[in-house]
Amino acid sequence: MIETRQLSKRYGEFTAVDAITFKVEPGQVLGFLGPNGAGKSTTMKMIAGFLGPSSGSASVCGHDVVDDALAAKRVTGYLPEGAPSYGEMTTRAFLNFIAEARGIRGARRAQRVEEVIERLHLHNVLEQSIETLSKGFKRRVGLAQAIVHDPAVLILDEPTDGLDPNQKFEVRNLINAMAKDKTIVVSTHILEEVQAVCTRAVIIARGKILADATPAELEARSRYHQAVSLTTTNLAGAKDVLARVADVAAVEYDTITRRLTAIPKPGRQIFAPISELLQAQGIAVSELQLESGRMDEVFRTITHGDLGEDLAEEARA
Amino acid sequence: MSNILTVFKRELASYFATPVAYVFIVIFLLLAGAFTFYIGNFYQTNQADLLPFFTFHPWLYLFLVPAVSMRLWSEERKSGTIELLLTLPITMWQAVVGKFLAAWAFIGIALALTFPIWITVNYLGSPDNGVIFASYLGSFLMAGAFLAIGSCISACTRNQVVAFILTVVVCFLFLLAGYPLVLNAISVIAPQGLVDAVSGLSFLSHFAAIAKGVIDLRDLVYFGLTIAFWLYASAVVIDLKKAD
Repeated sequence: MIETRQLSKRYGEFTAVDAITFKVEPGQVLGFLGPNGAGKSTTMKMIAGFLGPSSGSASVCGHDVVDDALAAKRVTGYLPEGAPSYGEMTTRAFLNFIAEARGIRGARRAQRVEEVIERLHLHNVLEQSIETLSKGFKRRVGLAQAIVHDPAVLILDEPTDGLDPNQKFEVRNLINAMAKDKTIVVSTHILEEVQAVCTRAVIIARGKILADATPAELEARSRYHQAVSLTTTNLAGAKDVLARVADVAAVEYDTITRRLTAIPKPGRQIFAPISELLQAQGIAVSELQLESGRMDEVFRTITHGDLGEDLAEEARA
Repeated sequence: MSNILTVFKRELASYFATPVAYVFIVIFLLLAGAFTFYIGNFYQTNQADLLPFFTFHPWLYLFLVPAVSMRLWSEERKSGTIELLLTLPITMWQAVVGKFLAAWAFIGIALALTFPIWITVNYLGSPDNGVIFASYLGSFLMAGAFLAIGSCISACTRNQVVAFILTVVVCFLFLLAGYPLVLNAISVIAPQGLVDAVSGLSFLSHFAAIAKGVIDLRDLVYFGLTIAFWLYASAVVIDLKKAD
């Protein structure tokens, strides 16, 4: 379990993290979303015990990260941003070092290290020095060190950054597999990742929490929630049909994907009437899709709204 | 204790995983030999002692120890591994002491590899091995003091070149603290009491005492305190500068 209360970090005049309060329970995967420089990494560094908070507090499994730092660090696995590791060491030596520093020794160490090697498919690079590894392997070594002690809490700062799609898929599977009994916080700015692994998403910008909801709830905030998209050769006919459905608020046409999108009035369902009317009018569509919402649009609205206010404030001043 | 050992082992192994160790040891041995035989006139003095050998150690350390210490913390900062190290369940002082001891042990290994000169002098004559042992001890302690200074300065910057140059300068001042170069400068601005205090800080005079074979508790305490002070300062600096 992770709990933060009014957690803040200030550097002189600049406030990197501004009174953040949240709680993550075992079994939850919390996605930390936000633009670059939003305070995601700083928050994670404070929970991991690397940076001390300027005010407020954070605790991991009931251990305060400042007053009971060692106990908190013992139950935490942490992948820092960029997955740093000692480049001159071999993968095996590095994992052995981390396990030993985490108090795992003897036969249990061998067993745990073997297990993470298995989980992250590191067999072929065990005797290679880490600096010679590809970016994907370095990231996997970083993940391996974070889970070598089977921590109750896992903090992963951009775990899939720089990975190719296959590797991303594997890392997400790994997170999902571990999610059952662990408390996991993942930061990312890849929105599809939130839907793929997170049970809950927190959007932060400029050090403040702007939204805290499940990915589905966030999507529901989109103006595209319950929208209907279609592709057809009879563009004029389809537009005519969409205009005749009462609950359609607006119609958009994307010239690149050549899709028509009808946006419903808030709280209304338009899929059934549209599909019935299309059929009645005999307009052939090659695709008809009900949208759940567009995460990127929600993200932009939430984080830009904040920026807009600030610009307005500056203009007044 | 076991945490210090874990950090120590990793750090020491990392010296030998890169060319750093081998280049350092070879250069150290070559220079120590060259100074002893060509500048110290080891043969010409016709004395069965190692004074010409130990006399140049402070000057050798002045440039070689900062080359070892410069990477201690600045490399951790630059590569980001400091974040990894300090989020492991080990305390700050365990990390600082473990890394320092590894660097010190490494220099100890280089120093121990000068043993042929000890064999030589025993072959040529019958030196006072007690004095030689004391000199080795003094030399090792002085290296530790240099290293502790270097550890602190390395913690101040992520740039190894800056760390190297600043460490050389600070070590140089400490070496010559008892000499006019430093004392005259200080006496202009400080009262006599402080000038005396500074003159007591000289590495050279404390080393010279031990190198003569006189193991005075005060000299041992001096080096011990110097090391402890600079390591404490390292921990403070690391803590302050973690964020940037």
